[in-house]
Amino acid sequence: MKGWKLSPPFLLLLPAVIVLAAVVVVPLLLSLYSSFTPFRLTRPETFWVFIGARNYINIFTSRDFWVAFARTVVLLTVALNLEMLIGLGLALLVEKASRGQRLLRTIMMFPMMFSPILVGFQFKFMFNDNIGLVNNALQALGLTDRAIPWLIDGNLAFIAILTAEIWSSTSVFAILILAGLLAMPREPVEAARVDGCTPWQTFRYVTWPFIMPFAFIAMTIRSLDVARAYDIVKIMTDGGPAGRTELVWTLVARTAYSDAKMGLANAMAYFSILLSIGFTVYFYRKLAAARTQIAAEW
Amino acid sequence: MDQNSIHRVRRQALGIAHGVGLFLAMLVICLPGIWIVLSSLRPTVEIMAKPPVWIPQELSLDAYVAMFSGIGKGGIPVLDYFRNSLIISVTSTVIAIVIGMAGGYAFARYRFRAKSAMFLGLMLTRTVPGIALSLPLFFVYARLGIIDTHFGLILVYVALNVPFTVWLIDGFFRQVPKDLAEAAQIDGCTRWQAFWQVEFPLAGPGIASAGIFAFLTSWNEFALASQLTRSINSKTLPVGLLDYTSEFTIDWRGMCALAVVMIIPALTLTFIVQKHLVGGLTSGAVKG
Repeated sequence: MKGWKLSPPFLLLLPAVIVLAAVVVVPLLLSLYSSFTPFRLTRPETFWVFIGARNYINIFTSRDFWVAFARTVVLLTVALNLEMLIGLGLALLVEKASRGQRLLRTIMMFPMMFSPILVGFQFKFMFNDNIGLVNNALQALGLTDRAIPWLIDGNLAFIAILTAEIWSSTSVFAILILAGLLAMPREPVEAARVDGCTPWQTFRYVTWPFIMPFAFIAMTIRSLDVARAYDIVKIMTDGGPAGRTELVWTLVARTAYSDAKMGLANAMAYFSILLSIGFTVYFYRKLAAARTQIAAEW
Repeated sequence: MDQNSIHRVRRQALGIAHGVGLFLAMLVICLPGIWIVLSSLRPTVEIMAKPPVWIPQELSLDAYVAMFSGIGKGGIPVLDYFRNSLIISVTSTVIAIVIGMAGGYAFARYRFRAKSAMFLGLMLTRTVPGIALSLPLFFVYARLGIIDTHFGLILVYVALNVPFTVWLIDGFFRQVPKDLAEAAQIDGCTRWQAFWQVEFPLAGPGIASAGIFAFLTSWNEFALASQLTRSINSKTLPVGLLDYTSEFTIDWRGMCALAVVMIIPALTLTFIVQKHLVGGLTSGAVKG
């Protein structure tokens, strides 16, 4: 510690540190401990039984967990990449618009205001096999004559969840990339054009490096919040039917609250925390690298 | 055709393609919301109709009336949920902003040891998935007896919001030139006075938008609230939404109406802050 000499920044940061320690760090230490016990909510005395790494061994040998884990990683990777691409496209479209930019930008922010739970509900409604907008439209257009079981078939449900996820988070990318495009100096683009670059080359070698940090800020913000997908999946399919859309988070919730196996669930939760931290640190470092690159070139 | 007219035609075609693309993109963004609002105004028969009824035949506010008329009429206690949501979100936002201002100011104005490690550490606490955090919190709260209370949820939301408010407010204070506060101090202000008289008013709009951001996070949070609340004592709107699905049939119209009730405050607030929000998040992007 810094002794009892209280420096101003230390004092100013103290409340934040205390709250985070009390609500996040200490409970996490507790859950780390309980991941080494067979703790069940219904039997409090099991909290004091130490079983070593048995929970972790159970997880390592559990096929269900690894399937859910792999599905989560695939979902996040596909979703983040598509969100980035679509967000970039959207930002370029809006930037090119000559009129109504303000209105367009406002509309673009629309999905950001939706609570993930609402996004889930909304798409559950739209993908409903009987009364959903998607099936109704497909049938009205004559593309299919039977109801497509969007939320019942495993692969289709994955697509439905992916759609919901992309719809809700693309605007984060679009807005931040647009901010980058608007902040970009005009001269380098014009110089590139004068020098005979094709539009693609201009974009690839002039525009893209400049907006990259903005894209990575969006990635970092987004990766802080990857677990939002839990809310969406929880309401759309709740991991079902029969675990076909199970993600790490829904599996943790089910193990902890339905099966009451707190110890095991805490061990699983640690994997999901590492997953989130992994995504965040990865993009944070990309962001730092992109920043120094910009600083060197401009 | 000479080269000029080829060029002109190509340009027009590109313009049209751009317009169409833009329109389609905006349609995809707006459609789910519009569909929800529309469905909340239609009778259930029409929503369930096969073949679908595309053009609404009759619109009514019945769903909203039923929702706000209390438990007796087959509604859910929306008013209680709304009140809980409001109390919890506002209180936790105010506290998070005060703490965030202190922290943000420290990051923006002071140099101290392990500053960037500290910042990263704050951010990392935010990455812990709500559902993972809910397990130990559920246990601790059960022991302390603060499950299903406003206090318990407020405490969690403060912790959830502090990293982000620190980040945003740090950015806004950095945009205020250091010289201004120094000039005020030379003119005889104390550091405290200089902060409230000079720096705070300048960073004010930014801080307000950080506040609204924090409010929205609390207003929309589900994973933690679903485990730490039990009854009308503290259930918030996102958890209340699930009340409609707990039975065998889903009351789509009622759910749509509740969704609209949830989205309206969020919508209004976001419109107010959109400009500052983007500025705050990107302020560190180029300058580093």
